[in-house]
Amino acid sequence: MVGISSSAQITDWLVPGRTLFLAIHVLGVACFAYIVAKRLVPLVRAQRDLRFDRPLTRLGRVLKFWLGQWKHPRYKFAGTLHILIFTGFILLAVRAFTVLIVGVSENFVMPGLSGRTGHVYDIVTDYAATIVFLCMVIAAIRRLVFKPTRYAVPAKYGKPHTADAVFLLGLIALLMVADSLFAASNAAGHAQHGQPVEALAVLSLPWVIQLVIGSMPTATLWVLNVTAYFVHELTFYFLLCYRPFGIQFHVETSLFSVYFSKLDRGTVKPVRWGVPDDNLDQVQSFGVKKFEDFTWKHMLDFYSCADCGRCADNCPANAAGRPLAPRFLTIKARDYAFQHYPVFGKAHNHEPLIGNTYSEDEIWSCTTCGACEEECPLLVEYIDKIVDLRRGMIDDGNVPQSLQKPLKALESRGNPYGKLEKKKADWVKTGEFPQTCGVKILSGNDRADTLYFVDSITSYDDRMQSIGRSTARILSHVGEDFGILGGAEKDSGHEVRRFGEEMLFLALRDHNTEAIRASGVQRIVTADPHAYNALKHDYKDVPPVEHISQVIAREVRAGNIQFAPVEDTDKVYAYHDPCYLGRHNQIYDEPRAVLDAIPGLKRVEMKQSRDRSFCCGGGGLMLFYEPKEEQRMGVLRVRMAAEAGANVIVTACPFCMVNIEDAIKVAGLEGKMSAIDMTELVDRNMVRQVCSEKLETATCGG
Amino acid sequence: MEILVCARRVPDTSENEIEINAAGTDIERDELVYSVNEADNYAVEEALQIRDRVGGNVTVVTIGGEEDEEILRRELAMGANQAVLISDDAFSGSDGRGIATILTDFVKKGHYDLILTGVQAEDGAAQVGGMLAAMLDYPFASLVNSIAVEDGKLRVSREIESGNREFNEIDLPCVLSIQTGINEPRYVGMRGIRQVASLHIPTLGASDVGIDRTAVGEVAAKVKRVDYFVPALSKGAQILHGSREENADQVLELVAAKGGLK
Repeated sequence: MVGISSSAQITDWLVPGRTLFLAIHVLGVACFAYIVAKRLVPLVRAQRDLRFDRPLTRLGRVLKFWLGQWKHPRYKFAGTLHILIFTGFILLAVRAFTVLIVGVSENFVMPGLSGRTGHVYDIVTDYAATIVFLCMVIAAIRRLVFKPTRYAVPAKYGKPHTADAVFLLGLIALLMVADSLFAASNAAGHAQHGQPVEALAVLSLPWVIQLVIGSMPTATLWVLNVTAYFVHELTFYFLLCYRPFGIQFHVETSLFSVYFSKLDRGTVKPVRWGVPDDNLDQVQSFGVKKFEDFTWKHMLDFYSCADCGRCADNCPANAAGRPLAPRFLTIKARDYAFQHYPVFGKAHNHEPLIGNTYSEDEIWSCTTCGACEEECPLLVEYIDKIVDLRRGMIDDGNVPQSLQKPLKALESRGNPYGKLEKKKADWVKTGEFPQTCGVKILSGNDRADTLYFVDSITSYDDRMQSIGRSTARILSHVGEDFGILGGAEKDSGHEVRRFGEEMLFLALRDHNTEAIRASGVQRIVTADPHAYNALKHDYKDVPPVEHISQVIAREVRAGNIQFAPVEDTDKVYAYHDPCYLGRHNQIYDEPRAVLDAIPGLKRVEMKQSRDRSFCCGGGGLMLFYEPKEEQRMGVLRVRMAAEAGANVIVTACPFCMVNIEDAIKVAGLEGKMSAIDMTELVDRNMVRQVCSEKLETATCGG
Repeated sequence: MEILVCARRVPDTSENEIEINAAGTDIERDELVYSVNEADNYAVEEALQIRDRVGGNVTVVTIGGEEDEEILRRELAMGANQAVLISDDAFSGSDGRGIATILTDFVKKGHYDLILTGVQAEDGAAQVGGMLAAMLDYPFASLVNSIAVEDGKLRVSREIESGNREFNEIDLPCVLSIQTGINEPRYVGMRGIRQVASLHIPTLGASDVGIDRTAVGEVAAKVKRVDYFVPALSKGAQILHGSREENADQVLELVAAKGGLK
């Protein structure tokens, strides 16, 4: 192998090639090791994070999300490009190392890649280099000409990232060209000397280059060969050492980010990992106030973010013009890390994050809908960070006045509205409802198998009480022996926890847990996805919980609920996935199955549905928060429904109902669009054989 | 700067349904939840902010019983340096002047540069601040909605008609009654209250403060509450029907008919 031998054997600037390249190797690797060590400094100073459990599950996720690039096709074009580049890199890794080693030891062959296997591998990598090169060209054209909006950097978040992105694309393209030129000049040199040469892959980049340079004089080929090698070597190490300064660091960190990613959906991280709830009083400071309060995994997330903008592209807060884009939550933290933990010099100046890196409104703007996390190809976490930042603000007393009143009311009355506990069960006593459907109150002597956990909004809000009554009638209809806790039920605390008021949440949880256990019920049903998520993931030692849509779907399948055809046939229904039913708990099919079981019901899907559902504005305490925004999320959502051709939005969450009904008015669609809860729809269309004939309480009465 | 804030515990109007008892002499207090009077909370926050700017101490005082300790604890959790409960059977039935008398004697026992009260208690008459200043012979400004500390004096603004502001210089020591909205009071959560749960709150009786028992309480009260009543629902309301555009036209017509539009 003339060409390769010559690389190691040349003498340039009075230094033998072998020595020169060895020096570059050692220097490159040393630089990289030093930079990475510096990058790890904040991670060492960070908070604990217990991520070493369930190794098999974690490996599975690496196979699916890292090697399998599972999330990428959600954006078809960019995703395909990335899969091609990623695959190319994986394939080229061995070739790149072989080439590097060959500079020092000219006859090196990677074990297992000699002979025929080696030739096949060469052909494959010829194409891989070509594809990566083409992808770089396409990606650069996208960045420079088509400029997808999700890459734009609004002025408030800093300068555009285009130049850096294109520079990196250029470097990778250069690496591919150098690699191909090296192979091509080698092959051409061999061919000119009549030496045996393995054919380059037809139409690949090396093949094309060989066509161009094949007839050049041997001396020129030799220069090209050595230059290509040198450029390849330098570019490789420059990229290696430059990546930790920007978004390309994900090439190294993504594997770890994915391995250590969060496994439990719907949960919120503890205040401090390893500190049990009972010992929280001993924790000096809650949440994240300064950068070092983040956990090491969360810092790793900052390094791993590839700045692809998918999170912000799907963030409803960002879409509504609130001052929040998940992407910049990460980018700003990464910039903080780079600035305060520089590669050269000491770590310095640790100012509070709120007021410097982040604004208060930015952190309160999040509805914790989870759209960003669902989208992120690298499984970067956002909700836990937002909650931790809120915990820090709560701990410092830094809470918007609009939220202080409901929090205070939750503390003294157990609900955010400050309503009296004794009126919690008033909704079961209204109008004719008590005559048609009896609801037991389980805080006294009454006993039942099933607890209907109503939660604050459905108990106290006049409009939402209708959801409560429909739910009760459905449970009665299917013969469920159920009751409610009445005044003994406090708010589930779901948003209390997610707004960072952990101690208040724990108080509410402990109270409810005791009340639920004292009632002796075997299972819990709720029609409120927020309560459902709280009972399922935040509470411990309570009976199993189901959302009413699961109960209805099961009873429909069993034939215990039958529907009369819809009367209004010009209605077109669209189901809106509540975040805490859909994304956080993966219940997408049951509500749809229920709707589809109603004869004659025309249903359409909104473009953003299921795990891409668009949050209507948030629940719980978010109803009290006064965000800075250009428009309401709900209005955007209602327009999406109209776009899909729907005139009825069906949802399965009382908070969605508040937001969507308001949004219909704000959007000026009153009379053209309406909203109905799934329980109300089922209640309306359910065939009541016994009741409708005899108007008795035999099966309707609980 | 040594700052004293006078605070009170009142039924929280946003978390109670206030009803008058059968005798009509008081509100039903059985199921009420209480909190610190809103304006007083703003006063404490303002005191804390002044202390954090210029140094000193913030003391919060309240007159009442054991149950009133809860608001003192809340203000300690906010960051007050100390809290004092003044409690004595002799105080019961005090009118505004009686309360001002108790506070006056308490203030005289200490050295305070600045005394803040809320502009009024939610169940009160906005009188104690002014009376306290008069009894102490201190200058007084009411409805204060900003405070800047200058050398030996304060520059304060007061809310006057139509949301306008008037700026005053006032010599220290002085008494100010604080208007809500002067700042954004910090949040106090359960954690904060638990952290101050073990702090000792001194309770002072009439003799500890040197109060003349005949000058306070029911015996000295010259203002007595005689009755509560709920205004009867009147019939002035008119509900408009129709679309939003029609409603707008109807409103215009009505306003014009009453001479509101010319």
